This record gives sequence, C-alpha cells and structure tokens, in this order.
Amino acid sequence: MTDIATRSVDRTALLPVALRNDFPILSEEVGDGQRLAFLDNAASTQRPRQVIDALSGVYERTYANVHRGIHTLSELSTEQYETARRSVQRLINARHLHEVIFTSGTTASINTVARSWGDANLRAGDEVILSVMEHHSNLVPWQQTAERTGAVLRHIPLTDDGRLDMEAFDGLLTDRTKLVAVAAVSNTLGTINPVAEIIAKAHAAGALVLIDAAQSVPHLPVDVQALDVDFLAFSGHKMLGPSGVGVLYGKEALLDAMPPFLGGGSMINEVKLSSFTPAALPAKFEAGTPPIVPAIGMSAAIDYLQSVGLDAIHRHESELTRYAYDALSQIEGLRILGPAPEHRAGLVSFAFDRIHAHEFAQVLNDQFGVAVRAGHHCTQPLHAHLGIAASTRASFYLYNTPEEVDRLIEGVLAVQRMFAPQGRQRKRRKPDE
Amino acid sequence: MPSEEELYQEHILDHYEDPFHRGHLTSATHAHEDKNPLCGDVVRIELELNDEGKIKNVYFNGQGCVISQASASMLIEEMYGKTVDELKSFSAEDMLALYGPRLTPNRQKCCLLSWKVLQSAVHSPLNDQKN
Repeated sequence: MTDIATRSVDRTALLPVALRNDFPILSEEVGDGQRLAFLDNAASTQRPRQVIDALSGVYERTYANVHRGIHTLSELSTEQYETARRSVQRLINARHLHEVIFTSGTTASINTVARSWGDANLRAGDEVILSVMEHHSNLVPWQQTAERTGAVLRHIPLTDDGRLDMEAFDGLLTDRTKLVAVAAVSNTLGTINPVAEIIAKAHAAGALVLIDAAQSVPHLPVDVQALDVDFLAFSGHKMLGPSGVGVLYGKEALLDAMPPFLGGGSMINEVKLSSFTPAALPAKFEAGTPPIVPAIGMSAAIDYLQSVGLDAIHRHESELTRYAYDALSQIEGLRILGPAPEHRAGLVSFAFDRIHAHEFAQVLNDQFGVAVRAGHHCTQPLHAHLGIAASTRASFYLYNTPEEVDRLIEGVLAVQRMFAPQGRQRKRRKPDE
Repeated sequence: MPSEEELYQEHILDHYEDPFHRGHLTSATHAHEDKNPLCGDVVRIELELNDEGKIKNVYFNGQGCVISQASASMLIEEMYGKTVDELKSFSAEDMLALYGPRLTPNRQKCCLLSWKVLQSAVHSPLNDQKN
C-alpha cells in the first residue's frame, strides 16, 4: 500500500469472519458496484438474521398490544415484551426488573431524566456538570432544563489529547453540584471515560450521575450495580437491534420519587376526569403503546451479543482500531481526533486541513464501498473546541475486518491524491474585478 | 448515482481551486451568512446593489466541501451584473442545473447553500445602508 509502512494485525484478537454470514446486508453492493464495508456503526448498526427473524416472527405469529387484552396474542406479546426487559436487566446487571424502562432511544431516556428528575429537583443556582465532548442529546435537554429551573451548566474541559480533564472535574465539583451527566464513550473522539471514578467522586460530593451509554453498552460489559450509577441511557439500534427502542435505567428509589414525564395510557393507576394516580414502575414511565416489537428485537440482539461475548467484541474492535490508527497516523496532513488507541473504543475520527469530510465520505463510498460518517456527528461544541467544522469518522463493530480497514486507508490515500491542489486556473467567463 | 468523474468534473474542481470573487466586498450594501446544520458548511455573500436594482458587485466567502464552495463560485459568477428580479427568478432547479452533475438529496443541500444565502442577502441590507 502506498506510503504506509507494512502493518500487522493480531488475528488471535479478532472474532471469526464467519459471523458476517449472519448479517445479510453485508453482502450488499454500494457505490460503483463495491461490496459494502460498513464503518458507520457509531451512528447505527446492522442486524443479524436472528434479530430479523425475531421481528418477523412476532408480526407473523404473536403480535398484539401489551398489558391490555386477555386474549392469546396479547398474553404472548406481553410475555415477550417482559422477557425483553429481563434480557436488558441481565445485560446491565440491574438489581430490579422495574428499574429498566423502555423508551424510544437514548435521547428520550435523557430527556425523561432532564424533564422529570430535573424539573422536580433542580433550583436556581444548582449546578449540572456536563462535558465538552457530549453529544447534542446530552447537552440540549440540560440547556432546556436550565432555562426552566435556573440551574447552571458547567462543562468538564478536555486534555490536549481529547480525554476528560479530571483535575478540572475535581475543581468543578462543589456542594452546588446536583448532577453529573457524561458519556461513557465519546461518539466523536472514541475516548473511554473513567466513569467509575466520576461516579465515586460525584457521590462523595453528594451529586447524582447519569451516564450516556449509547456508545458503551453495545461494545463493552457494563454493570450498573458495580458502577453504582444512578441513571444510564442507551439505544437498541446501536447494538444490532431495531431503531425506536432504548432504555433508561434508574435506581428504584430515584425513579419512585420522580414524577411521571409523559402522561397517557399505561402510566396510570386510576384516572378521574380531573386527576390521576400514576402506575408503579416501570409502567409509570412507559406512557402509551410502548415499542413492543423493537424491544423484542432488542432482546434478540442482546442474546446475539452475549453469545459472541462483549469482552471478545471489545477485544476485536480494539485491535481493528489500533490497526486503523497506526495506518492513519502515518498519513501526512491527517489529524486524528482523540487519544491514543489504549484510551479509545472502536472508532477513529480524522480531519484534513484542506480536504472536506464530504469528499472522503463520497469517494470512500463510490469507489471503495466504505460507508463512513462525515460532518459534526452531533457534537458541534466539540468540533468548535477542536477548531474544525467537520470530520470523517470510521467506527467498527463485531463484523468488521482488517481488510475493510485496508480499503478505508486505500480510499483515504486516493482522496488525498484526487484533491491535492493542482494550481488550476479557471477560464474566466466574467471579469474578476 | 453519478460517478466520481461526473461529480467532480474538471470545471467544478477549477471553480473550487480558483474561485470567482472569493473574498470581502468593502462597498457591500447587503450581506447574509448561513450554515448547513447537517455538516457545518458555511457561506457568506456580500453584494452591492445600485439604484436600478442591479447587482453591481458580489463576493462570497466560506468553508466547506467542494460542492458547496464550487457551487458558490459558479452562482456568484452567474449573478454578477444581473438584476435583483433576475436573481429572484433564479430557482433552486436553475441552481442545480448550473452546477451540472446530478446530486443525491443530501448533496443537493451542499449545492443549494449559497443559493439560499444569496436569495436572503438581497433582503438583508447592512446596518448603515438604506434600501
């Protein structure tokens, strides 16, 4: 490969390539007839046959609304939906089943805490600590809550290599701090944040902690009891499941004390014309018809991930990331965003000073079949902090291979050649002055 | 889907690397700036309108991909010397046709950024100007 020193990959760290056969979409062609290399997994992932079959199985045999009918199908759907809740409970090791709330996704989970817990507990002058690397979904809900309550938002700054500045965090924690809300893994930098340390320090200061686990639960073992985390939010579609379903985990005592967020069916105990009493957990936070089939599909995805093993998945992604990082770091003019491989999860974002991310995404797709994300990845404040408008992101999952990384690198080098300045002089149609 | 040769035609890369009227217009009477919220691409257009409603001069500046910046250069060149009425009747379809290669919906947004900015700019007099 041009200009890139020979690299080696540790194949003992990788998962068997045969598991790709479980994912029908991976044999699709994109661009100019290229076989798909899907490296946009931080945005959303693909589904194995096992999940697709679970979804169509519900629609073909067992579907009805849950918790309502006493007919056969409603009983079957209810059982499958509640089994899905048990899958999630086991995955994150929640103490109680009713601490697992199904939502429409991470965004809805964080908004539920911001609206319900935030409005009930935050007063003017109270402080919420976020960080500069947060996704918009862990920034905007708190900005809205701050506007309603007068709470003040503080942001943990970053070190030069894109990790949380933990000394600065110590300085931000005061008796005014009521909540710390940070991502376990940055969706742009890939940084794995020290959430256990953050939680311990926040608790010592008397503050609660919400972890945006959208980029961690799909890729790493997470144990909410070992972490002693207060709230945890993640999405089904980033872990081989359907879109439209996510989870809010909260400690029982906290969820019990919180007012319901959305009002409607299911979340009530009794309704009169002018008043209602809320249902017990988890129904209290599941107003309306829940994402029944997506939750059942998510459960099938969890079964699949656990059959492969989250430790093995993490090892696989770490090796691919190191492999990609080593190659990208040899490319002249390319700036890798975020820390060294040992501090990051399975993604690498990069920027060139004179070639826009769109050019990378377009050519990588059309000529190399490689799907990457180009833009600000819903982290505009982070991009502003880094002094760039956009970046290109390659993010890996259990089905990606070193050969796909090779195509990525080959494509990046091709883009660099294509868009190198050539001293072009345009034929003028009109005078310049 | 257009091929790379179509998407990045020579005359487009020419506009990208050697743009028409990229910079600042000190005599500007009107200006507007906007961003593509999907990707952060930004274009600012400054223009000087005379009493007869003619675009006496126009410059653009910005940051972004080849399509957003080359299309801005093409648009500015096309509109230089035209009247405001001609500018207003220059539709989004006209802009996509001026650019040339067929674009996917997401890339059309790149191409139409400068067109949207220019359409707003003629309605955005600078503070010390009367329109």
